[in-house]
Amino acid sequence: MNALTKGLMMKDKAARKIKINILRFDPNIPNDRPRIDMFELEEAPGMTLFIALNDIREHHDASLKFDFVCRAGICGSCSMLINGRPGLACRTLTSTMEPEIMLAPLPLFELIGDLSVYTGNWMRGLNERLETWIHTQEEVDVERLEERMEPELAEEIYELDRCIECGCCVAGCGTIQMREEFVGAVGLNKIARYRLDPRDKRDDDDYYELVGDEDGVFGCMTLLGCEDVCPKELPLQSKIAYLRRKMVEVGLNKKD
Amino acid sequence: MKHDRLHKSVDAYLKLHNSSTPARLDFVQSVTGFILALFIMGHILFEATILISKDAMYAMTRFFEGYYFFGETYPGIISFLAAAIFIILIVHTLAALRKFPSNYRQYSIFRKHSAEFRHNDTTLWLWQVITGFMMFFLASVHLYMMMTNPGDIGPFASADRIVSGWMWPLYLVLLISVVLHTFIGLYRLALKWGWFEGKKPKESRKVMKKIMIAAIVFYIGIGLAALGAYIVIGIEHSDKVGARYHPTEGGQQ
Repeated sequence: MNALTKGLMMKDKAARKIKINILRFDPNIPNDRPRIDMFELEEAPGMTLFIALNDIREHHDASLKFDFVCRAGICGSCSMLINGRPGLACRTLTSTMEPEIMLAPLPLFELIGDLSVYTGNWMRGLNERLETWIHTQEEVDVERLEERMEPELAEEIYELDRCIECGCCVAGCGTIQMREEFVGAVGLNKIARYRLDPRDKRDDDDYYELVGDEDGVFGCMTLLGCEDVCPKELPLQSKIAYLRRKMVEVGLNKKD
Repeated sequence: MKHDRLHKSVDAYLKLHNSSTPARLDFVQSVTGFILALFIMGHILFEATILISKDAMYAMTRFFEGYYFFGETYPGIISFLAAAIFIILIVHTLAALRKFPSNYRQYSIFRKHSAEFRHNDTTLWLWQVITGFMMFFLASVHLYMMMTNPGDIGPFASADRIVSGWMWPLYLVLLISVVLHTFIGLYRLALKWGWFEGKKPKESRKVMKKIMIAAIVFYIGIGLAALGAYIVIGIEHSDKVGARYHPTEGGQQ
């Protein structure tokens, strides 16, 4: 029985009361201080944390701030710390948890207020720093057919392209908590993605300039928090290991 | 590509090239760690020959002193081996140190993160730091003694050192920390470089973790049993400290 059917079967039983504790703080409100607010609500069948938060905002406290767009695990907006672990609110069924739940905003990112953080700003900085776009000298000719690619390779690139920049891997990374300059799994995954892409003409020496240091792949301590919390189940462990092997090869052959 | 990019803007000129040192350090840390892990896996088994018999342990000692190659014993071989391991240990420590939290702020952030996250592999790393730190001191004492007194290894000599020489508390703590550090380290090494990943890395990781736990239990078990055996011998031999073991009739000469 998977979590969803378990959640749907709930309706046969008496509805459970759940307590949701939320760490609240809005840096934009003068004199606001961090506090924990507790909301008690009745669990509905198939209730996700995203539904519960909307319930709270509708019936308990209209000032509660949290982000969501797609409610289907595609946009990556509703990432937060759920009982201390990063995850997407829309993909977390309350029925899979104890009746007392603790929610907090993702650490490291700029806090907008309560559970809402500005991941976009951070991710943009990362993308600019790692130049996560196709680098090529070829003139783009929109009239011409695109170059063919093996379906397996296209699949492989697409697999890594599924990253939604939700920030869960960043919040689950012990390394980046200590050393904020570290690029994190999201950054390393992107480099792995462009490295696979034959349209990107950069070689390993170029990638070494981007991630061949202790803020890059050599900073990774293989704690694998990223791998274990990624809501899209990206193959972060094997891609980081792969990148490490390639970058060590470059480093060991370097002259300086 | 690199040069095209460099010519694009003044900004690009100002970008320093990444040094090769971080790559070398990462590589050296793994290689030295791997060598030390192999060494420890052998070491604990060799010393556990005392569980078979005093003669077996005696023969093993003679083997490492080169008796079966040269016809006589050269404890200097042990000194040389201990010195080599000491050097590898120092290099490993030097390379691994860069991963330690470098101030209290980093340490407390990590502790808090690990406590809230309740994520096994994150906690395991903390164990690596703690056991690694303990071994700065424990392993150094042990290695220095082996370097300077290579001849004092044998069924009675080792037991005397452990009991009458008061080494058992150090060995007890060293055993536990070295076994944890070795097998957590090997597990993490495999994940770090993508060894034995197979088609399903998540499944392989679960298997590797089981092997890691089994190896820790096995090695701590056999290590404790051996230490216990030496302690028993050491207590029995405590009135004749310094006297050496002579193999029984029919034992290895």
